[in-house]
Amino acid sequence: MTAVVIILVLIVGGPLAWLAGRRDGGLARWIALGTLALALLWLFLFWAWAPAAGTVPGQGPWLTDLRLPWIPSFGIGFHFGMDGLSLTLAVLTLFLGMIAVTASWTEIQGRAGFYYLNLLWAVAGVLGVLTALDLFLFFLFWELMLVPMYFLISLWGHGDSNRAAIRFFLFTQGSGLLLLVGILILVYGHQAATGTLTFDYEALRTHTGLSPQLAMWAMLGFFLAFAVKLPALPLHTWLPDAATLAPTGGSIVLTAILDKAPAYGLIRFLYPLFPDATGHLAPAAMALGVAGVVYGGVLAFAQSDIKRLVVYSSISHMGFVLLGVFAWNTLALQGVVMQLIAHGIAAAALFMIAGGIHERLHTLDGDRMAGLWAQVPRLSAMGLLFAMATLGLPGFGNFVAEILILVGTFRGYPVLTLVAVLGMITTTVYALVLVQRAFHGSPRQAEAGRDYGVREGLAMAVMTVLIVWLGLYPQPVFHAAAPALAALGPAVTPMGGG
Amino acid sequence: MRPIEIIALLPIIVALTHPVVLMLAIAIRRHHGLTLTLSLIGYAATLGALIPAAHVAPTKVTPLLTIDGLALYLTALVAIGGAASALFAYGERARGREEREEIYVLLSIAVLGAAVLASSRHFAALFLGLELISVPLFPLIAYSRLRRRAVEAGMKYLVVSGVATSLLLFGIALLYAGVGTLELAGLGRWLAGEGTIASAWAMGGIALIMAGLAMKLSLFPLHWWTPDVYQGAPSPVTGFLATVAKGGVIVVLLRLLLLSNVHQEIPVTVVLVILAVLSMVAGNLLALRQENVKRILAYSSIAHMGYFLVAFLAAGPLAVEAVSFYLAAYFLASLGAFGVVALHAPEGEDIASLRGFYGDHPWLAVTFALMLLSLAGIPLTAGFIGKFYLFAAGVDSARWIAVGALVVSSVIGLFYYLRIISALFIRGDQGEPTVTAVTAGPVLGWVALAVITALLIGLGLYPTPLIGTIHGLWAQTGP
Repeated sequence: MTAVVIILVLIVGGPLAWLAGRRDGGLARWIALGTLALALLWLFLFWAWAPAAGTVPGQGPWLTDLRLPWIPSFGIGFHFGMDGLSLTLAVLTLFLGMIAVTASWTEIQGRAGFYYLNLLWAVAGVLGVLTALDLFLFFLFWELMLVPMYFLISLWGHGDSNRAAIRFFLFTQGSGLLLLVGILILVYGHQAATGTLTFDYEALRTHTGLSPQLAMWAMLGFFLAFAVKLPALPLHTWLPDAATLAPTGGSIVLTAILDKAPAYGLIRFLYPLFPDATGHLAPAAMALGVAGVVYGGVLAFAQSDIKRLVVYSSISHMGFVLLGVFAWNTLALQGVVMQLIAHGIAAAALFMIAGGIHERLHTLDGDRMAGLWAQVPRLSAMGLLFAMATLGLPGFGNFVAEILILVGTFRGYPVLTLVAVLGMITTTVYALVLVQRAFHGSPRQAEAGRDYGVREGLAMAVMTVLIVWLGLYPQPVFHAAAPALAALGPAVTPMGGG
Repeated sequence: MRPIEIIALLPIIVALTHPVVLMLAIAIRRHHGLTLTLSLIGYAATLGALIPAAHVAPTKVTPLLTIDGLALYLTALVAIGGAASALFAYGERARGREEREEIYVLLSIAVLGAAVLASSRHFAALFLGLELISVPLFPLIAYSRLRRRAVEAGMKYLVVSGVATSLLLFGIALLYAGVGTLELAGLGRWLAGEGTIASAWAMGGIALIMAGLAMKLSLFPLHWWTPDVYQGAPSPVTGFLATVAKGGVIVVLLRLLLLSNVHQEIPVTVVLVILAVLSMVAGNLLALRQENVKRILAYSSIAHMGYFLVAFLAAGPLAVEAVSFYLAAYFLASLGAFGVVALHAPEGEDIASLRGFYGDHPWLAVTFALMLLSLAGIPLTAGFIGKFYLFAAGVDSARWIAVGALVVSSVIGLFYYLRIISALFIRGDQGEPTVTAVTAGPVLGWVALAVITALLIGLGLYPTPLIGTIHGLWAQTGP
């Protein structure tokens, strides 16, 4: 029930913001923020009072479970459910949605209502992906988030953003259709084996009945869709332009929120549905992950555009996600969940800082700015803090995440792990270069405008508290996600899962 | 003729009375609004006549026709399509000073033709139905006879139609020489008896018939006439041509394949796969370089005909279901898209003229975008469920080449739909506000658009009722 409620709140909030925006753009952003806050509040209340998983008869391992018939002739149901994994990611998604609205507060001037409509619906699409337990429904939401995201990039972006937006749409839609083919192979294979046509996740999990060859093709369909969206090397080429040219809020939605969907898909569907086929793919996929870690790090180092630097650093971080998922043990998976949260917060913060700099200096070129610390100390301090977080300094969530993934991977794949560790060093370098270039030295620009006010300060403060809290005391996240991850059936590492 | 047959035939009888009444009314008093009203009543009566007919379906009426679920379903679709086209035509024609009333007569004759075509179980009826669609389309396409392009398009369609008809007739003759019957089911019985098509007469006949139908459907490589005709015809007529005229042919082709099982013959299968793949890929590729919205939609309809063939290839009930559902989705989206172009016509048909459309006409722009998204198969529209059906049919019958081409061409197709959508929503740079006076004509068109949009979204959100109806049809489909 809860899952549907929060999605509905966002879906209804979108048109409200649009209608309000036709009269007053300022009202639209308050409605957007309020809608997200309402959904988040609902989710918190649910988290606090929901009975523990497995205690309610008839809903299996799910904290909340809703089944309604939808297209019975195809065995398609309106089936939503949440476990600790989806709940954690949903909370994060809503929180980052609020950050995205905050970051757009002054930047979006024209057609604000339509902007917030798209933002809310993109977030709603991600929430749908996180909670759908029917593969048709999952695919529907997977496709649904593309259209609002396309508008966010295309209409409010800078420069040739329309081209970047179209490229984004084509990449993700094309891979999405491969996902559809994969789903259909699975479903009709299941029908051939059992005689029932169903798109239900749980039914398909218990018995897939595919020949190894068909299972491989179906799995590849799933994997390609997720790998493009994540993005994993070498399918990442749509991301840098799209995320750089998008408005700040759009960049946050694209890199910090939308990438939860494919990561979640990898965890939820790949091994549980196709254990053998995925096992065959694992070494190759992990190699791609490590390649992403190193490639993203090196390219980030070479960027002078601040936003582009953050984009490449998130390609690097998503490499870790791929590595951890395919290691498929509890330790690495805990690391992946932590990485998704920590990267989401850090990337959102860095995009917000980059957006702030752009608003003040009208440039994002790191070579054309220096000594910001003297002019806007609060903004610069936040830049330093989140640069430290993203390079994985102990005390921040990112550190916990990467260590867990590396430890989880090391036992089976020592060489790959070592390469990934080397990749982390490049992270240190680019983060330091960013800080060095932009914040230190003597100011090159005449005027940097006002420093962070209450709105930005508050958002930054919350994100800082969260990321430090995750670094020092990550237990609550592990606690929430552990039962869900265990239910997916990964190998249990000797050191246990947190 | 037994009473039951008359009840079954009732929709066609009403559809036949419709143009006669219109002609008499025009002869007595020439009035634009009155003619439209009568025409709308005619379509409503046709729809109403479907209810008693559905109770007696399937029924064979004379050796020529069979009134079954599939025939009734298409009759419903074409009646709705005819009514929508009439409303858009009213909106467009309200401005002109030419003779406007005949357009409704011609539209209603073509609707009758589509209904006959969908009900035919004999090659003679098939031929009659096709001609009943084509002949009114010649004057319809060239209706704005003072525009050079319109006359050119009309001539082109006349020539193409003539060629297609002669191919078809020659094919039917050859088939008769080889098989000895003109019943569609007779061909199936003959094939089942023979085991394979050994007779060169029959083979040549089937090839020619397929070529004739492919030309009507504008399948690649017999598609070349499509863009010019689509562009030259008045927009409401183009929408009509893309839906009603194509829909009848699609259903009769489906019936031909179902009854004769001819698509299980290897050479026919190969040809169908090739036609499907070429139409999908080439249609979408050729659309990329176009600037005129109607030409883009013309190429996109070529690709959509390829999509239909993918569904044909999946044998059995799923094929009928997929084709039926996709027909509904395609009808709604195409009618809506051409409807927007028709109502927008005075401001130009190029993509460039659509820049900033959202700023001037927000609702019309959103409607247009929804129609295009449905054609592209994006969720929450009927097109998404339709696309899903196509993929399901392709995967279920393991036609991997066709499925692969479907993926590739869908992505290519999305590109030009997005081009139009981008233009709609981009902020207009010219800054010259376009003021369109709201007259009674467009208002009726807007109502039609609103209904189409509601259906499009409704079917995308909750397709179960339509799927249930289609299941019922399959039970009622007979030889």
